[in-house]
Amino acid sequence: MVDTMRLTAREAKKLLVDGEVSSAELTKAYLDRIAAVEDRVHAYILVTADNAAKYSTKVDREMQAMRGPLAGLPIAVKDNMVTEGVTTTCASRILHNYMPVYTATAVRRLWDDHVVMLGKTNLDEFAMGSSTENSGFAVTRNPWDLGTVPGGSSGGSAAAVAAGEALWALGSDTGGSIRQPAALCGVVGMKPTYGLVSRYGLVAFASSLDQIGPLTRSVHDCALLLRHIVGKDPRDATSVVAPAPIELPSAERLDGLRVGIPREYLAAGIEPGVRARFEEAVALIEELGGRCVEVSLPHTEYALPAYYIIAPAEASANLARFDGVRYGYRAADADDVVTMYERTRGEGFGPEVKRRIMIGTYALSAGYYEAYYGRAQRVRTLVRRDFTDVFGEVDLVASPTSPTVAFPVGARAADPLAMYVSDVCTIPANLAGLPALSIPCGLSDGLPVGFQFVGPAFSENRVLDAAHALETALGFTATPSLGGAEAALSQSGGAEAASPTGDAASAPPEGTAS
Amino acid sequence: MIGEDDVRHVARLARLHLEQDEVGRMTGELARILAHIDKMSELDISAVPPTAHVLDVVGVTRSDRVEPGLSREEALRNAPAVVDDCFRVPKMG
Amino acid sequence: MTGGDAAVRGADRIVRGMRGDWEAVIGLEVHVELDTATKMFCSCAVTKGDPPNTHTCPVCLAHPGALPVVNQRAVEYATRIALALDCTVPPRNVFHRKNYFYPDLPKAYQISQYDEPLAVDGCFDYWSGDEKLRCRIDRVHMEEDAAKLIHAGGETGRITGSEYSLVDFNRGGTPLVEIVTEPDIPSPAAARDFLQQLRELVIELGVSECNMEEGQVRWDANISVRPAGSSTLGTRTELKNMNSFRFLQQALESELPRQVGILEAGGTVEQETLHFDPETGTTTPLRSKEEAHDYRYFPEPDLVPLAMDPAWVEEVRASLPELPLARVARFAEQYGLSRADARVIAGPGALARFYEAVVAQGVDPKLAANWTMGEYLAHLNAAGLEPGHGHVTPERLAALVRLVADGVVSTSAAKDVFTKMIEERAEPAAIVAKHGLGRISDSAALGPVVAEVVAANPSQVEQYRGGKRQVLGFFVGQVMKATGGRADPAVVNELLQKALDG
Repeated sequence: MVDTMRLTAREAKKLLVDGEVSSAELTKAYLDRIAAVEDRVHAYILVTADNAAKYSTKVDREMQAMRGPLAGLPIAVKDNMVTEGVTTTCASRILHNYMPVYTATAVRRLWDDHVVMLGKTNLDEFAMGSSTENSGFAVTRNPWDLGTVPGGSSGGSAAAVAAGEALWALGSDTGGSIRQPAALCGVVGMKPTYGLVSRYGLVAFASSLDQIGPLTRSVHDCALLLRHIVGKDPRDATSVVAPAPIELPSAERLDGLRVGIPREYLAAGIEPGVRARFEEAVALIEELGGRCVEVSLPHTEYALPAYYIIAPAEASANLARFDGVRYGYRAADADDVVTMYERTRGEGFGPEVKRRIMIGTYALSAGYYEAYYGRAQRVRTLVRRDFTDVFGEVDLVASPTSPTVAFPVGARAADPLAMYVSDVCTIPANLAGLPALSIPCGLSDGLPVGFQFVGPAFSENRVLDAAHALETALGFTATPSLGGAEAALSQSGGAEAASPTGDAASAPPEGTAS
Repeated sequence: MIGEDDVRHVARLARLHLEQDEVGRMTGELARILAHIDKMSELDISAVPPTAHVLDVVGVTRSDRVEPGLSREEALRNAPAVVDDCFRVPKMG
Repeated sequence: MTGGDAAVRGADRIVRGMRGDWEAVIGLEVHVELDTATKMFCSCAVTKGDPPNTHTCPVCLAHPGALPVVNQRAVEYATRIALALDCTVPPRNVFHRKNYFYPDLPKAYQISQYDEPLAVDGCFDYWSGDEKLRCRIDRVHMEEDAAKLIHAGGETGRITGSEYSLVDFNRGGTPLVEIVTEPDIPSPAAARDFLQQLRELVIELGVSECNMEEGQVRWDANISVRPAGSSTLGTRTELKNMNSFRFLQQALESELPRQVGILEAGGTVEQETLHFDPETGTTTPLRSKEEAHDYRYFPEPDLVPLAMDPAWVEEVRASLPELPLARVARFAEQYGLSRADARVIAGPGALARFYEAVVAQGVDPKLAANWTMGEYLAHLNAAGLEPGHGHVTPERLAALVRLVADGVVSTSAAKDVFTKMIEERAEPAAIVAKHGLGRISDSAALGPVVAEVVAANPSQVEQYRGGKRQVLGFFVGQVMKATGGRADPAVVNELLQKALDG
């Protein structure tokens, strides 16, 4: 009755309103799908099946009181947003048993709208990674080919939507962590303008870069979800009042839209198949009445180095609170507090998190601040100026979201730098705080290719409209087969189902660098 | 060039215990990453102001009004060790 | 200025060494806890003495995902301090993270201010002895206090020997203002004077009670020495986290000769942090930390820069009360008090207000000052009361002063009346009436007393009559003694002369 592989939130809402399906039935369809495929995909760290079933029944029963545009629709939430009464782990051993005492504002807004939470999705530990292989609990698989990664760090959310295990999901994006997995999993993902969505309750990775955003099956759904999580939050001093409400997109034509294609992005090692799909989409934009011109963002190649100072520097301080004193993992039998700190953090964090804490601490340490952090902040200014200049000429910037399609599990795990390069097209928008969205624009070798729009600050409606028109024209309807499982099993040795409190938690995989 | 002593010093600052083999591996990885990052030094940025934040907003404050916080039970719920309603930590050493 | 010439003024500051004269260079970093309703970055109540961990939230417990938001009142209070110290308040200030691990610091960074503080370049004028000194203020900035650590097991309350520690986060996140001086303070006594008068200023501003026992005011002192008259700066040592004026002065007084001794022996002073032991009166180096401090300051990305609207800053400036130094000058001028008396009365705001309330009753200001500084202040000290508290109201003290001025009671009898005002909580006039303490001017009443005294002291009468006129004073004293000090001296003199000259 409910095809979770194809159903959009807009359609689901209509089914609910028309009484063709109840929230309980809709929720059960997703829980059934999770039960059927989760042992192959590992999209979730925690499935809150009982709560979801109970709450959806309550929404059905109290339909009159619990009305609202999103009431009764099920959603998956990345496990780096705190949820009161539901463990939140950030896919880290150091938070394996953490029970939040409050709820992130973005999630709270959805709960207040009577959205049904299906569970908490997997991620690279503390959102540090581009493949979800850095999870402390399990490696999420790409539903299009279970032998490949789903991207990251919101790999669990992207895979859940792609595999029909969620109607839609929340992710977070610090350097591409929504858009890159959306691209690799063939779904829509959007990072809003910095400040548009409250970060209160989003476990901080890099505070000046992090934003929460939607992962959905359509641009329309993306706008629908976004409009319900935006807004100034008195608990987040960096949140802002949106200059205009988020509109549901309806554009079919792109007449007069000027789209800039930065030559530096296409120079950055784009795979031929990705390039071909991208160029086809560009041609389509022109058919829709848009004008595509080559532009230059001259400091693009410096964005990645600047990002890999700024993000780890902020992270080194943000992750200092995980010290074994007030919550989370504490190393046993430490005689003094310094030893307790060092062992707790040494045992609690995985290799990539340690690496970034080390880079960030080094970059801020005495004698190096100006050479690294100070310099990176100035490069950040140049990256912002590039966009300011370009947006004097064009309305939007377009590029492939990721230089490659999904890569095999383990392929980049041994080489941190190779992994970092996955985000070369997505990082500049975070440094500049700009809205950016990825939509699927076709397949290359059977794997999805992502197309990215970046707009000026607070131009969400323009970005969504353009993406909607292009999405409609592209008509991307392919769905993943969840094939390649044998390959996946032979490579991983059969990952255990993730559980923050089970065995997997006390013996997290050593991650990527081993 | 970052060396093993630097790595040990930084790990100490960050309160991260690293096994000996981790120190060696980390030193090589950080050296490669920092070499890539050093690309920034190609730019003359002496006249460029730093960006700490992309927001233009300034002066966000809250009023001095007490709001309910956590009960003591909630505050202590996640604590690894509690004595006399306080968080217990090993001696300062 | 009343301190004489420069050489005399400077004399008490010279540290005499074996090989020459040295002088001290002292700077202070003063921390003041603000009396806001809520903490610096969250809406938890600032309280004292409540059960542990009953005033916390995700922000001040540093739970994952929680974010700070600046308390507007704390900004206002800090601005009051900055303006009272004559600082410049730039159009914006920025919070930084100061990173270090300690169990009382839940985020493992303190949100503080670094290269763009709230205020810079001020000064504070204060009295030391008879001298008005000026100390430049380098900066005033905002930050948050740490939580409370209780060291348990082993020797009670000491880090050394304790088996474990307990953390209570009630205090964690309390708004703090840090005031950093230039090294302008010339002596241990001046350091103490500076701190006492700065504390009075802060109390006057209504932003902190500055309770010493509760540690609402704490300071670090740095100290170095240099050859007298030189303008170089030597290597300084630091005394951390002190909250006793007396111990500070003692510590500095013991540290000065130590540094001089090292330098005169050809050694070098090491830059280190010292601990002062009040029992031995000496300083010893704290065990050096295993690594040098590297706080890795960087701009706090969870907060945006704070804009300081110049119009608002001017509003705050206009709302400042009269500051103690200005009040001392005004009291001297307006009430004709000596500078020294004015400083005693006009320094602390509460005492100044009490005094002005007494004067407002229309009594003689100088007489009122004598009574305020004398009996009243002694009473406050003995009873441990703050000015304005207790049963001696300004109205009652003024009534007593008026009784003295009008000759209704003698000065010595008035002291009795004052004591009884406290014991009996009554009006002075009523006490005088009840206990018959009024002045006796009636010749009929005094005549017999005089006669008795003269009769009882024949040898003194002989002396007087032999020409030793000064013996008259003895007789006056005897009459006063016999009348409990109530006799009118003029009448007594007249009667005595009449009786003796016969």
